[in-house]
Amino acid sequence: MPMFSNEARHKQQAVFDLLFRNLTRVSAFGVLALLAAIIASLVVGSMPAIHAFGFGFLTSSDWDPVNDKFGALIPIIGTLITSGIALIIAIPVSFGIAIFLTELSPRILRRPLGIAVELLAGIPSIIYGMWGLFVFAPLFGDYVEPWLNKHVGTMPYLGPFFSGPPMGIGMLTAGIILAIMVIPFIASVMRDVFDVVPTLLKESAYGLGATTWEVMWNVVLPYTKVGVAGGIMLGLGRALGETMAITFVIGNAHELSQSLLMPGNSISSALANEFTEAVGDLYTSSLIELGLILFFITFVVLSIARYMLYKLGQREGQAA
Amino acid sequence: MNSKLKQLIIGITAATAVAYAGASLATGITGAGATFPYPVYAKWAEAYKAQSGVEMNYQSIGSGGGIKQIQAKTVDFGATDAPLNPNELALGGLAQFPTVVGGVVPVINIAGVTPGQLKLDSKVLADIYLGKITKWNDPRIVADNAGVTLPDEAITVVHRADGSGTTFIFTTYLSQVSLDWKRSVGGDKAVAWPVGFGGKGNEGVASYVQRLKNSIGYVEYAYALQNKMTYTQLKNREGLFVQPDSSTFKAAAANAKWDKDNGFYEILTNEPGKDSWPITGATFILVHKSPEKVESAKEVLKFFDWAYTNGDKLASDLDYVPLPANVVTMIRDAWKAQIKDAANKAIWK
Repeated sequence: MPMFSNEARHKQQAVFDLLFRNLTRVSAFGVLALLAAIIASLVVGSMPAIHAFGFGFLTSSDWDPVNDKFGALIPIIGTLITSGIALIIAIPVSFGIAIFLTELSPRILRRPLGIAVELLAGIPSIIYGMWGLFVFAPLFGDYVEPWLNKHVGTMPYLGPFFSGPPMGIGMLTAGIILAIMVIPFIASVMRDVFDVVPTLLKESAYGLGATTWEVMWNVVLPYTKVGVAGGIMLGLGRALGETMAITFVIGNAHELSQSLLMPGNSISSALANEFTEAVGDLYTSSLIELGLILFFITFVVLSIARYMLYKLGQREGQAA
Repeated sequence: MNSKLKQLIIGITAATAVAYAGASLATGITGAGATFPYPVYAKWAEAYKAQSGVEMNYQSIGSGGGIKQIQAKTVDFGATDAPLNPNELALGGLAQFPTVVGGVVPVINIAGVTPGQLKLDSKVLADIYLGKITKWNDPRIVADNAGVTLPDEAITVVHRADGSGTTFIFTTYLSQVSLDWKRSVGGDKAVAWPVGFGGKGNEGVASYVQRLKNSIGYVEYAYALQNKMTYTQLKNREGLFVQPDSSTFKAAAANAKWDKDNGFYEILTNEPGKDSWPITGATFILVHKSPEKVESAKEVLKFFDWAYTNGDKLASDLDYVPLPANVVTMIRDAWKAQIKDAANKAIWK
């Protein structure tokens, strides 16, 4: 009798086990299925635009809802330029934050400063947008842009990028706001990877008489360069998809202009502005195709980031 | 570190997904569409609920959105500032009727210029938006404005970034007064703007104009008043300069030839009359001619019937112009003739 009841319990447990295993499997594969479904629906939705414009969609600067002529060049360029400006500013600043937090900061300041940087990542993007439009843009337009006009705008080569009426909003402002938004992401990844450098290596370098800068540049950075690059890619991924903050300050104009002080448009802000109001199949479909392009760009960037971090993980394994 | 990164990646992926949700409530009436009449619909809904207990839930998602939602039958009525033409109405099986008339006004931000002081010619306005007139002290602007000090500064043009009924009214007007505009841009809810910054919604344009020095934009009159913005005078079809207010909107609306057989299709821009404000427009409601949910359709008609009877003061308080009594009678007749249940009986009696 006891034998029998044990057997029954075993069977019951086996059934539960099977059920549980399959439940977790469904959850895990559900994510993959969802990803595939999103890609499929984007592709299906953008079919009319792909048929109508072909590859010309990527190189055309048209955006004319009245005559149903659409092209993605201006939003793609806007997305890449604002993200590029963001990285140019964010990388050195984040590098400085990470060095200070791991090497130079007094021990009591480390935690509060680290938390402050991470809190910056938790601020909703619409707050950055409003702050950008109501506080940053007027100051930038009144004080910084006239200076840029006068001093940088007259230089050869660089000049055309910084000339134009100082209005405070435009591509440059959008890039700077984006930089502030991605700094916490890049800085916290950099700090984490700097922390994995074995103390033995750093101490040895200091022991040989190296300065802090030499230790950072010749020991820490070579040891962590893949991880640092991964962190930058993560920041880039975030910058590419950012919507609300950009919509507030980029100016939302489908115009191609050489000056960074002029308004432009990004893929995500074009979608946010126009999707609900787009009338007609071709208009809606063109916007969906923009979404598909953004998805593709972001996917590639994040894949590269994952790959780089994976390489770093392998290296850590060897070192240990 | 890895789990933190994973969270980051999941967060970023989720943020890039675009969510789209249509709202619907189990009780009461739901409507969606134009932002232009939203303030008055909200007031009407509040007063109507106090009297009848029926709740009217209106989402101001824009005219294009309103048309889409009523076609998809996710709402009981749609609202649009750009009327559908009889063909489009027949295609969607929709009936259309106007509710109130309002005005679109140019707003500016020039130091020292007060509301209603600057006078703009219609062609000058078109050329500013075409990028042909680029400075405030352009001789063509100065010619109409003796006594106003205009700066030697570049004009910053502001327009809507989203598709909008307000843009439809504004660009339709520019097409009527400027051949250049008609040929190179045209009139629609969204157009290929030759110059300028894009703001989202009436609020977006209003805040850009307030932020950017020496700018010009266009908003619905109520937004200009609420935000205490500097609006301008405009030269109308008779060649006279007029101030925007409910009396000049009314003068323009008096020219309307409403006709229930073409779905009340009527565009009120550039109307004759010496007191007519040139950028005037009506806003419209769309309902299905043979609705699936007869009870909800009836509730919608009851609501607007109540609004036509009791809502005039609330509308005038917000500087919209209520429709004259004979037009309202015509609208009620149209309901009887056009909106039928499954047994082909009129829903409205």
